[in-house]
Amino acid sequence: MNKLNFLSPDKNNLYAYLYSGISLLSLSILIVFLNSFFSLDLTSFLPGTISYFLPLIIGFIGLHLIRIEYSGIKFLDIINKNINTNNFNALLSLLIIFAVIKSLPPLLSWFIIDANFAGDSKDACSGSGACWAYIKTWFNRFMYGMYPNAEQWRINLSFIALAFLGGVGFFATEKFKKYLTLYYVVVYPVIAFLFIFFFISGGPIFFDFSYGIIAAVISIVIGFFIPSKFKMYYFLIIPITIYILLKYVFFHEELIELGKIQAFEWVETGAWGGLSLTFIVSFFCLIFCFPVGLFLSLGRRSDLPIIKYISIGFIEFWRGVPLITVLFMSSVMFPMFLPEDMFIDKLVRVIIAISLFEAAYVAEVIRGGLQALPRGQYDAAKSLGMGYWKMHIFVILPQALKLVIPGIANTFLALVKDTPLIFVVGLLEIVGMLNLAKTNPEWLGFAMEGYVFASIVFFIICYAMSKYSYNLEQKYKTER
Amino acid sequence: MNFKKILPQLLTLVVVILVFGFFSYNAQVNMENRGITFGYGFLSQESSFDVQFSLIEYDGSHSYFRAYLVGLLNTILVSVIGIIFATIIGVVVGIARLSSNYLIERTAAIYVEFFRNIPLLLQIFFWYFAALRALPLPEKAEPMFGVFFLTIKGFFIPAFIWNNLDIFIYSVIAAIIAIFFVRAYAKKKQENQGTQTPVLLISIGLLIILPLLSFLLGGVDASIEIPVIEQLSKTSFTFKGGLKLPPELISLALALSLYTATFIAECVRAGVQGVSKGQKEAAASIGLTPNQVLKLVVMPQALRIIIPPTTNQYLNLTKNSSLAAAIAYPDLVLVFAGTALMQTGRAIEIVSITMLTYLTLSITISIFMNWYNKKIAIKEK
Repeated sequence: MNKLNFLSPDKNNLYAYLYSGISLLSLSILIVFLNSFFSLDLTSFLPGTISYFLPLIIGFIGLHLIRIEYSGIKFLDIINKNINTNNFNALLSLLIIFAVIKSLPPLLSWFIIDANFAGDSKDACSGSGACWAYIKTWFNRFMYGMYPNAEQWRINLSFIALAFLGGVGFFATEKFKKYLTLYYVVVYPVIAFLFIFFFISGGPIFFDFSYGIIAAVISIVIGFFIPSKFKMYYFLIIPITIYILLKYVFFHEELIELGKIQAFEWVETGAWGGLSLTFIVSFFCLIFCFPVGLFLSLGRRSDLPIIKYISIGFIEFWRGVPLITVLFMSSVMFPMFLPEDMFIDKLVRVIIAISLFEAAYVAEVIRGGLQALPRGQYDAAKSLGMGYWKMHIFVILPQALKLVIPGIANTFLALVKDTPLIFVVGLLEIVGMLNLAKTNPEWLGFAMEGYVFASIVFFIICYAMSKYSYNLEQKYKTER
Repeated sequence: MNFKKILPQLLTLVVVILVFGFFSYNAQVNMENRGITFGYGFLSQESSFDVQFSLIEYDGSHSYFRAYLVGLLNTILVSVIGIIFATIIGVVVGIARLSSNYLIERTAAIYVEFFRNIPLLLQIFFWYFAALRALPLPEKAEPMFGVFFLTIKGFFIPAFIWNNLDIFIYSVIAAIIAIFFVRAYAKKKQENQGTQTPVLLISIGLLIILPLLSFLLGGVDASIEIPVIEQLSKTSFTFKGGLKLPPELISLALALSLYTATFIAECVRAGVQGVSKGQKEAAASIGLTPNQVLKLVVMPQALRIIIPPTTNQYLNLTKNSSLAAAIAYPDLVLVFAGTALMQTGRAIEIVSITMLTYLTLSITISIFMNWYNKKIAIKEK
């Protein structure tokens, strides 16, 4: 047997070091484990401070003893390489392990063991742990806000239908793939709006928007028979004409009668709330802010000075102010700018405000992508005789947008995380509902449970979004 | 100039002018109907409302302009605290994410993913309504190190009582100016003679010696006042003396720095990873020590990548501090766009001043950043 030097372990006495090191390490972990799970203090015979630091010292010596390079034992090498490269790393690793062991029992007992799951009143929550009965009782409100209970199937149905329609892109065959952009940019938002307006809100069947849709459908159908030479002029003039005819000539007399036909009970936007409102607001803002941001970014890079400076001013203004002041503006200042008889719904105002705000950020992200493209792409497109729009639609934007997927995803994430701010105008989505529930005299003192619940919900949504964007980025990655 | 270029510009201009004209016409009509005249004269009127927490002397007899200043200073205070802590946490976590230690890297990654994906407002509410409400009452608070008291009514810390504070501040400023001269001298010396001067040691020495001299010779005197518990009534206690940090400020600063630190950590990580391996190897191969490699080769290049997005995060933090309104921390939005607006009803003036303040702040910083970026950009020939 070779001489043992405990200060510098080497390969010669591998097993002597290994056994002593592992036993010391397990002893230290055992001490902490027993102390934290069963409140047994094995080292109580020692004076206070030493007893407190003993596991750390023992574990540190143990890790030092098993730090043998190229030992030939696979497991040992993995440990040494990952958590035990030097004394400092060993100490940090031990601290993290001990912290996890120490924090597990209180967390477990709060979340599960001592928590109350059953019951529907405050009295049911007598344990020291979390009161999940609170979440259970208020779950409906956290999801739907003040929306009448009997009508909540309308929200569910709309969301399921919209999720299904949104997933159409996955099943599209090659033949229909080229129409997907048109579908997602124009058709899908219109369908979504109709669902929200007729189903969730319960709006009357004939209103301005309905005439527009009928006019669009009629003109598209007739449009198939128009020679392509005149198509552009046709689509510029006919839809507007049909709209005016429908609204002021054909249906003018019946307008009042038809306007009253409602399929569902009207639920005003003030009653909407909870997580469903979070989804509605972020969905529409997401749809609106992208095209606006796209045009702003093109405007900012335009050669035309007036358009360029208006775009710059617009972008820098929205980027320079906090969202909360924008919402203040939309709630207290904006009504002053409208004619007295004109009223815009609170929710619509909020959606417009957030969309414009986020559009400025989207614009800057897209501008980054446009700038990253080499000049050659522009020159090549121009040399093929493409005009401004053709060049951008077919050459520049497909490449630029691919580059900025992560940036756009980040902006959308920020948008979802900003929706709770709409409490400023009195709309209560999930965080707002939590604050309302917290002040209910029947349920005082359960703030923690509510915030933990909402945090988990938001974490799941945002984490899923960021992972999805990462997948998209990998999918569309092109080497240049 | 051809027709195709002028038409779209004219159209845009006309639309913009029409929209603005429509808005301002309506605003005029509405204000006439309500009997309000547009103007900023109200700023000098007596405000007659109180603010919970203020850095400058303020009560209801002061003007609205003073209330505006109180709000602005509170916003700046929480932003500065947040920026300092966010930078410290962000740099530590960013470096931890680059660690070869699996446990450290994972812990840092979990922290970043967790705090980044939860809305800031929710975090502020969590700290204010849930976490800080679990703190003990003043009479039951255990002192930390004998002098700090963390209670449900706020964080009480000892305060310094200064004599001749201005001389002390002048001495610190003098030390900083002296350091600049030393650095310029050291740089010149190195360029001319190639010898290095221990700038860091001299700087630390100057920073200690000059303020110390002000104590010994300048008549500066500081004593420490420790907060002492005081009974207000039978059940109500508070601390007297010392400095009180209200729970609103603590929870806001905590949430802001923990949230922003995740973004700064990612900036730091990207910056250090952005320095190519060849640079480090090349530096090592010409005989620089690891410390010199870090100081002279890696950091200058990494900082070039780190600083612009980090400044952006500082700006975001400052703008996010406006969420203070949600937990009644008296910042610019709450004091001015909240209380003052309610009292005067001057929506257009007050919201425009508030927005203009934030706008000035961010445009100043972005102009500075553009200048800085140009200055540090690698000059290619």
